[in-house]
Amino acid sequence: MNGSIVEILQIVILIGLAPAFAGWIKVVKCRMQGRTSPGLFRPYRDLAKLFSKDIVLAENASWIFRFTPYLVFGTVIIAGAVVPMLSTNLPLSLTADAIVLVGLFGIARFFTALAGMDIGTAFGGMGSSREMMVASLAEPAMLMAIFTVSLLCGSTSLSGIAGTVSGAGFIAKPSLAFAFFAFVLIALAENGRIPVDNPATHLELTMLHEAMILEYSGRHLALIEWAGMMKLFLFMAIGSALFFPFGIDAADNISGIPQAFVFLVVKLGAAGVVLVLIETGLAKMRLFRLTEFLGSAFLMATLGMLSFFILE
Amino acid sequence: MITLSFYSAAAASLLAAVSGMLAANSGIAEQSILPIGLPDLPFHLRLDALSGFFMTVIGLLSFFVSIYSVGYVKGFIGSRPVTRLIVFYCIFIAGMFMVALADDALFFLVSWEVMAAASYFLVMFEDEKTANRRAAFLYMVVAHVGAIAILLSFGVMAGLSAGFENFSGFTFDAMRQAEFPVRWATAAFLLAFFGFAAKAGAIPLHVWLPDAHPVAPSNISALMSGVMLKTAIYGMLRVTFDLISSFPWWWGAIVLTIGLLSAVMGVLYALMQHDLKRLLAYSSVENIGIILTGIGLAMIFVSFNLPVMAALAMTAALYHTLNHAMFKGLLFMGAGAVLHATHKRDMDEMGGLIHRMPWTAALFLIGCISISALPPFNGFVSEWLTFQAFLLSPSLPNQIMKLFMPMAAALLALTAALVAVAFVKVFGVTFLGHNRSGDISHVHEVDRHMRAGMIMSAVACLALGILPSLFIGWTDILIEQMAGARLSTSASAGGWLWLTPIAPERASYSGFMVFAGILAVYGIVYAILHVNPGKIRRGAIWDCGFEKLTNRMQYNSVSFSMPIRRIFGFLFFIKEDVQITKAPHPVFPVKLHYYLRIRDRFWFWLYMPVSKAAFWVSRKVGRLQQGRIQVYLIYSFLTIIVLLLVKSL
Repeated sequence: MNGSIVEILQIVILIGLAPAFAGWIKVVKCRMQGRTSPGLFRPYRDLAKLFSKDIVLAENASWIFRFTPYLVFGTVIIAGAVVPMLSTNLPLSLTADAIVLVGLFGIARFFTALAGMDIGTAFGGMGSSREMMVASLAEPAMLMAIFTVSLLCGSTSLSGIAGTVSGAGFIAKPSLAFAFFAFVLIALAENGRIPVDNPATHLELTMLHEAMILEYSGRHLALIEWAGMMKLFLFMAIGSALFFPFGIDAADNISGIPQAFVFLVVKLGAAGVVLVLIETGLAKMRLFRLTEFLGSAFLMATLGMLSFFILE
Repeated sequence: MITLSFYSAAAASLLAAVSGMLAANSGIAEQSILPIGLPDLPFHLRLDALSGFFMTVIGLLSFFVSIYSVGYVKGFIGSRPVTRLIVFYCIFIAGMFMVALADDALFFLVSWEVMAAASYFLVMFEDEKTANRRAAFLYMVVAHVGAIAILLSFGVMAGLSAGFENFSGFTFDAMRQAEFPVRWATAAFLLAFFGFAAKAGAIPLHVWLPDAHPVAPSNISALMSGVMLKTAIYGMLRVTFDLISSFPWWWGAIVLTIGLLSAVMGVLYALMQHDLKRLLAYSSVENIGIILTGIGLAMIFVSFNLPVMAALAMTAALYHTLNHAMFKGLLFMGAGAVLHATHKRDMDEMGGLIHRMPWTAALFLIGCISISALPPFNGFVSEWLTFQAFLLSPSLPNQIMKLFMPMAAALLALTAALVAVAFVKVFGVTFLGHNRSGDISHVHEVDRHMRAGMIMSAVACLALGILPSLFIGWTDILIEQMAGARLSTSASAGGWLWLTPIAPERASYSGFMVFAGILAVYGIVYAILHVNPGKIRRGAIWDCGFEKLTNRMQYNSVSFSMPIRRIFGFLFFIKEDVQITKAPHPVFPVKLHYYLRIRDRFWFWLYMPVSKAAFWVSRKVGRLQQGRIQVYLIYSFLTIIVLLLVKSL
């Protein structure tokens, strides 16, 4: 019973707080770059505005184009139900382990890429092609990072990993550091942040993710934007569950939840600052330099796994 | 006539599938001896769990494809005679069943040849085209090189099990009971693996596959890619796990290496294609690679006596065998539907077909999602199980294997990601956007038989994706026979809904919950947003405000795979050339011609030298032929003298 309450609470937090997290990143970034910020609640107002608008749909858009926003939104929520944000005691955590989580993001991307090609514009195809290229290198790196951690913990279940890593007697190993470094690089790529993609741009030569969703409007666009914010939020939560799981409640009671929530907010706040530091310190890379970036993530993760097999 | 013959083929296939299903489930081996064959060498038949499993795979897809064929073959009426197609179609299916049922080397090879010959004639169906004849010839050559290797392998085993003086060793029973010395067992295994790998299209023996599969009629391509390749997998399993049955770990390492090579190279070659059916054929190479990876892992685990892990890896391999039959069958049937409606195979001339062929598009999409290993469809489950098997490899006692495993897992992960790129490209370029070759108003949806065949395989893809514990329960006995342990108790520890291969706290997945969850969220969000929905207005494409967009400006299959070509280009022979016609003014070009040719490096590395050497040898040998009777008499005379000398020594 308690588990179900936590489960629902987690999903509500994910849906409700993701825009605030996106707003927080904007606020910190503006501070860092000496600009005035639009405030923490700007993303909420943007979403509300988009939801209230009518949709302009291109003439030859098929059902795939209209189905994709809902599917993307749905997969992120399913993913949110299995990532231990507040507690490792989640009744739905059996549904999907870390590998399935990668698959869930995969299916969302698959459909977004198809939606990009559905309209038949040059930009859409370009975005799909580039996004799939980035994904084809980022996804294996992500899997390798997850494999390394799960080999250490003897489990691919996120709750299991979080439980083991935060548990007594767990000693941090070098492979974990490799995996963490790879994970940071992948999180940047998967969420379309600098240096892989620039979320603030609408310039055709620089955009990846934006190019695919150019033709979206109204509630479709709102769903996709919202899902994007939740995905970023989730990646931070996954990072916290895999590498810094302290503060995540393990017992089956509600009383530990407020404390876990405080920990979550603090960790997310810190993660946001780190993200801004990375984004402000780096410039966007040329598309074909990305292979080096993602290749090094892949290499890091493989090195982590190798060091596990050899040293540990 | 067409309807009747394909319906009876469908009924027969279904019957075979059901009997196979029961045999695999009960694990009882049923043997019988047919009074035909050569004197003293009757044909032995045996239906056990392993052949039952493959009978099910072959039977199910043959059933779907036979229904599909009713509609598909009608498309040939008026343009060419179809009797040949129907006859060889039935012989082909029968040959595959016979391979699975054979219980002696003779009958196995006879069935193997029946299957190969029937499929040769099916590849040759449209024999007026040079490419088809060439492909069929290449297919025949590789198939026979492989068959020779298999024959030799059986020869080694038969000779060792009952002596080389008599024939009694030719039954599989005799081979099963014999203990082979390691050196000879290795020879037999390597020969058999070479022969079966040639049939399965594992790299580097794959070159015939992307030529032969696409030129056959699409229902045949579906069967060839979907199930004929699986008979080779069956042969490998039969020889290694049943006939030889104890082996060193490095056999598994060989299978694993070839599997990974096929998987990665197969998908990269697939990505470079723009012919729809050729792309699918290369993707079969990749999937055979994934199956071999699972088998190789299972062999390694078995040789180190780790039964539970072996059971997991073997389940993954067999699951992928069935899955690949279902989604590759579906995809080839879909490609056939597109070909039937548009008479085109080149994706770069397609686009926008989703509006004209909604059923085919939706079903083809299911195939694409399944093959891309995305939840909640079936491809994901087998991929997931393979990864789980990899994650159990730290308990291997061998250091070399431990070093090798992370690389192997990395390559498999890379393959999985690249497949998704390939199939976004396939679906996006073929079905979405605008048509690239002009008017498609004449294109129409295919008839109900073709749709029924595709719907059934799509349903199978979904069912296998969301109910994996049923599959594991079904193959339980088979897995125990091969790997020495069962999975079903641990795999369904949390109930039928959850798949927990080893233990729930180790790893778990529920395809059903993912499927239901996505549908539920979709329903809720849709309902909330449609309480008071804003208007949907159809308008022209925005495209950032650019004007004069033409259909030729869309990304096509060549441009879609360009980033991947840049990254992995060193693996191919790529010739790229741009010709710009600048007249009359040097600044404003009037015409631009882009030329791209991508070729398989293996062709130059492996096959060209062999074929050159073959020509060289035949030229040299040809010199013997003088055309004068005196010379030939001297040859015979010399031969007799040499023989007499040899005899007298």
